[in-house]
Amino acid sequence: MSFARGRRLIGRYSVPLLFVVLCVFGIVVAEITPAFLLGEMLIRIGRNSLLVLSLLIPILAGLGLNFGIVIGAMAGQIAAIFAVHWGFSGIGGFGVAMLLATPIAILFGWATGTLFNKAKGREMVSGLIAGFFANGLYQLLFLFAIGTLIPFHNPEMVLPQGFGLRNTVDLSPIQYAVDDLVKWQVPMEGTMLRVPIASYVLVGAFCALTLFFFRTRLGQQFRAMGQDPHVAAIAGIPVERNRLLATILSTLLAAWGQLLFLQNIGTVNTYNSHEQVGMFAIAALLVSGATVTKATVGQALLGTILFHTLFVVSPLAGKALAGDAQIGEFFRVFVAYAVISVALVLHAWQSAKREREAV
Amino acid sequence: MTGLRAFLKEAGVPRLIIAAFVIVLFGVAVATKMNLPSLVTDSIVRVARNGILVLALLPAIQGGVGLNFGLPLGILCGLIGCVLTLNWGVGGAAGLALASGIGAALAIPVGAGYGWLLNRTRGQEMMVGTYLGFAAVSGMSIFWLLAPFHNPTLVWAIAGKGLRTTLSLTGSFDKVLDRWMAFEVAGVTIPTGALLVFFGLCALVAWFFKTQMGITIAAARSNPRFARAAGISDQRTRIQATVFSTLLGAIGIVVYSQSFGFVQLYTAPLLMAFPAIACILIGGATVTRATVTHVVVGTFLFQSILTVALPVTSQVIQGDISETARLIIQNGMILYALTRVGSGK
Repeated sequence: MSFARGRRLIGRYSVPLLFVVLCVFGIVVAEITPAFLLGEMLIRIGRNSLLVLSLLIPILAGLGLNFGIVIGAMAGQIAAIFAVHWGFSGIGGFGVAMLLATPIAILFGWATGTLFNKAKGREMVSGLIAGFFANGLYQLLFLFAIGTLIPFHNPEMVLPQGFGLRNTVDLSPIQYAVDDLVKWQVPMEGTMLRVPIASYVLVGAFCALTLFFFRTRLGQQFRAMGQDPHVAAIAGIPVERNRLLATILSTLLAAWGQLLFLQNIGTVNTYNSHEQVGMFAIAALLVSGATVTKATVGQALLGTILFHTLFVVSPLAGKALAGDAQIGEFFRVFVAYAVISVALVLHAWQSAKREREAV
Repeated sequence: MTGLRAFLKEAGVPRLIIAAFVIVLFGVAVATKMNLPSLVTDSIVRVARNGILVLALLPAIQGGVGLNFGLPLGILCGLIGCVLTLNWGVGGAAGLALASGIGAALAIPVGAGYGWLLNRTRGQEMMVGTYLGFAAVSGMSIFWLLAPFHNPTLVWAIAGKGLRTTLSLTGSFDKVLDRWMAFEVAGVTIPTGALLVFFGLCALVAWFFKTQMGITIAAARSNPRFARAAGISDQRTRIQATVFSTLLGAIGIVVYSQSFGFVQLYTAPLLMAFPAIACILIGGATVTRATVTHVVVGTFLFQSILTVALPVTSQVIQGDISETARLIIQNGMILYALTRVGSGK
């Protein structure tokens, strides 16, 4: 009896367990010190959790993994660049960037949501391609429109030719705006660990908000849609409108999440900071054992911790094992893609099976 | 009026816009007295170079698998063929044949496995294919780094191991097909061999879909239940279509590499499916229907834009806008196709 139960538990948590084993193996092989790992993880969890959280609402509403959060990240980036360009700094600058990001993200989310409504059942692949497409428009804006169509004079940010943004833009005015709002350092093994306490408060607040949202009337409607859109529609739930709302909320959270990420990094790689946001956030969520149709706040946090531990550990383990950090880097990218593939295959496999059984 | 509307519907508005765009680009090139023959030469070379990779998508669409975003799986098979051939030092036409042969041989089991998986993940083929391709490309990156090759022309000079990111084909099968029977007309060089192979394979695919096996595959796609009643298993035909697609992808990359002059490893194949998919869609294919004409027309239109856009626009705008334009056109086209399928699965 308990044996069967144990097996079921292992089956249910097989993905996170596998990751724990991988992480521990890497830590042992690379002889990573607790202080180093803890220091890295404190920073990474603070800056990445919000992006992972932004995926939860569309999953609840039955839209699957929102590969379109890349577009939200772009909104955040646009806001950050302009806020710094206009000379805002510190926590005020971060606030301005957040305010500025809001309408942009709502607009982008509305566009993405409209697209998802036109491509029902293909939201994930549409979101992925929409991210690539939006990247083209983003490049058009920052490579060609800035300094020509849009007046923008800032030799620090603009390429020597007079238009187009540089590859990296310095965001130091808003760097650590949230992280260092409350300074707190903990000594450990001779080094000082920075604890970005305000960022954690922010992330915690968004976790609470997401949990609260799940319990609201709208949240319940989303849940009903996620379980069966046809039944939900018959029950009088405005499915199309709600799908749009779910996408807008997710895009908005992603924009703010990217801002939180950028204030920690302090520079923005204008043309590729956002590209991998979707992939890493989605992989992180799935590592926790979340699926295309079911994910919780706890899983988002657990996944962020596990995935980023592996992220820190794998290049070092690769170096220790094969004398080449490159292997570890390829490995972690491979893991991200493989985790997403396996989750997608399992999801499609199960839903195809359900369909067969229903017929 | 109705005639015009019918024509617009048949040709598709995006395709007309893109065709107009190509004409405008060539018009600007002529007006600004650019070297037109060299632009045309480049366009034709690129059609021959990319054509088979676009053609590889056709069997998957016709077989009901949809847009084969998992094309990198086939490409990787072809790359293994290229690397082995280079390692053994087989050059010329024999090298080309050997590389294609190895690629094709590997593509059959890979395609069968991939097709088997796609059968079990119906409705999500595109997403599964995309990420399977991504995972395979990054997994193979580790392989390229660790594979036991010691040929000094292939591995990093200092480390003595790990394949280089690009391998030169000079002295092997560099441009074997492009040069074969190449001739010049009005300053335009025609890469006869490469074009012949492309059109030859197009004809072969067109012929294949007239054989019993091909008809069966297409029939199972257009009406699975009817096909099942006639004793055709669409599980089987979908696997056949996927194998065929993967196989053409493997040959496609070998031909691509000989024309390009380099074999690109590591992350190079990651995004190769997307421009190919854009080509076939621009040609007028949908997620459920494609013909050889779509392949040829689409490849010609899209590759011409890519070739001509850079030199033409660089006269007007500083900076390289062609990459940005490629992203917008390519992904805009795929999005358009995805929103148009609707419920018509």
